[in-house]
Amino acid sequence: MPEIVAAGAGGPTRPDERRRERVRIDARAVAGGVIVFIVLAAALLAPWLAPHDPLEQDLLSTQLPPSWTDGGDPTFFFGTDSLGRDILSRLIYAAQIAVIVALVAATLACLIGTLLGLAAGFLRGWVDQLVSRLIDVWMSFPPVLLSIVLAAVVGAGLGSVILAIVVVDWTRFARVVRSEVMLQRQLDYVAAARVTGMSRGATLFREILPNVLPLLGTLLTAEMGIAVIVEAILSFVGLSVSTDTPTWGGMIAEGRQAIYQIPWLLALPIGAIIATVLGFNLLGDGLRASFDPVQRR
Amino acid sequence: MEKGAVIRRLLLVPPTLFGVAVVVFVLLRVVPGDPISMMIPPGASQADIDRLRALYGLDLSIFDQFIVWLKAAVLGDFGISISRRQEVLTLILNRLPATLELVLLATLVAILLGMGLAMVGAYFRRRAPEWLVDGWVAVTIAIPDFLWGLLFILVFGVLWPVLPISGRIDPGLGAQFGTGFYLIESLLTGRWPVVGDLLQHAVLPAIALALPLASIVTRVFKASLGEAELQDYAQIARARGYTRGRVLFREAMPNAAIATVNLAGVQLTFLIGGTVLVERIFSYEGIGNMAVDAMINRDLPLIQGLVLTFAVLFIALNLAIDLVTRWLDPRLQHA
Repeated sequence: MPEIVAAGAGGPTRPDERRRERVRIDARAVAGGVIVFIVLAAALLAPWLAPHDPLEQDLLSTQLPPSWTDGGDPTFFFGTDSLGRDILSRLIYAAQIAVIVALVAATLACLIGTLLGLAAGFLRGWVDQLVSRLIDVWMSFPPVLLSIVLAAVVGAGLGSVILAIVVVDWTRFARVVRSEVMLQRQLDYVAAARVTGMSRGATLFREILPNVLPLLGTLLTAEMGIAVIVEAILSFVGLSVSTDTPTWGGMIAEGRQAIYQIPWLLALPIGAIIATVLGFNLLGDGLRASFDPVQRR
Repeated sequence: MEKGAVIRRLLLVPPTLFGVAVVVFVLLRVVPGDPISMMIPPGASQADIDRLRALYGLDLSIFDQFIVWLKAAVLGDFGISISRRQEVLTLILNRLPATLELVLLATLVAILLGMGLAMVGAYFRRRAPEWLVDGWVAVTIAIPDFLWGLLFILVFGVLWPVLPISGRIDPGLGAQFGTGFYLIESLLTGRWPVVGDLLQHAVLPAIALALPLASIVTRVFKASLGEAELQDYAQIARARGYTRGRVLFREAMPNAAIATVNLAGVQLTFLIGGTVLVERIFSYEGIGNMAVDAMINRDLPLIQGLVLTFAVLFIALNLAIDLVTRWLDPRLQHA
């Protein structure tokens, strides 16, 4: 995303100087924050929020329509699936897997990618060559295909989903951080830090890193949205956590099977994924617009 | 175009290809479970197992195994598919045209839709149409292709069933083809009912694949148009009395297109990757759908062949986009 790189390439600002200015929170940050908060709350409070056990089968009331339509049962708000399980409860519980994968996988991908990007951009030389060639190789695979292959190879489970996302997506961070560090190290403040006798490591982590952070925040929240999508893809294909655990992707696969009988089983998890991804993206864009001094002007 | 830059760019291709081969080999070598134990019938003797092991070269060192595999792969020999009992290369070549036609169609849709919306947005600057275009981009950029595919199936297959939602062609037509490129072939031979049926089947998956790319094209192209309109040459054309529409589309557009080709090119590779799931969702008989089948059946030779096919497509496409932008942009030619 070169336009983001370009936007982040402005003048350096020390974090302590930044804090003195009044921060006006962008509307997008509020909207995104509200959505992300709702998803987080659903995941954390699932046992109290969900009206039913998400695995409880009621074979006498299968494929019930939503409660407000003809033939709906008021105890099953969004109706039931082919096994008579409560769709609303499954939607709420599925947020747990989505949230865990989003937070853990995106954070790990961010840490690994940022470290490699910092090293490549700051040290240059053979480190840069190695990381850049590695990125070239990674960019030669369709990310979705690589995630599916990895998950298939490692075997189903929460750990392998997270692994598949981290191994595939670290390049998103490494690429952007590398080019951003290469821009920043040309700037006067880096030379000034070196002249005052600051070590290379301290210059990198105390001077350059803070200027890369706003950009990294946007990338991280965007990656959380991507992680939610990849998890849904893997569970749609049947390669995520065990089929007992409700996931949005798994519900989509079940909805695709019974698309003519219970189309809302397909529509609801799609809506949940789109809302979550939009929430993370809005939050990232909004926070950047609120806190990045370059964007704020 | 400067020769040195092109040669430097071309020199990056072999190491990338080699790296890709190493990754694919290593990835599928670390599979837990012995491939032999999946093939043998229960009750096979140790001697049988050893014989099979030698037959598949699994008694060699891992390094020797890689050399043997790489030599065969360079010649296009990926072995026999376990689940389909056919040459992997034949299987892939039979399915590849279907995917290429879908990708071509999706790219066309993305360029026409993306550029069209960008022009509308750029022409009606700071008026309602621009806000609509910006809002549309903000929403479509966040929704991945496979969710579009599912939504389309829901809307145009179930709620308002106007289009077929699975397959590539209606088998009831009994159409015969000499090549795998059904659409191109029937267009060239003028078989319009067949063309119509093929397009009906391809339109939903193609639009699903196209929307994320289209939103990138719109965003970049609209921004470039706005920048180009502020340049001196555009201002001069305006001062000489040309209408705003003419300046925007005859003067600013060619320059804005260069930046768009470069940025949208990267996104085009994502479009190709998207075929894996979109083909799956629409039961479209291409290599993406085949890859998911191979993964579910743990058909390792077929997975290797397919992943390498996608990687070669990606590398070739990235190279082509780089060279095309250099050739389009006179400034880079002398840089």
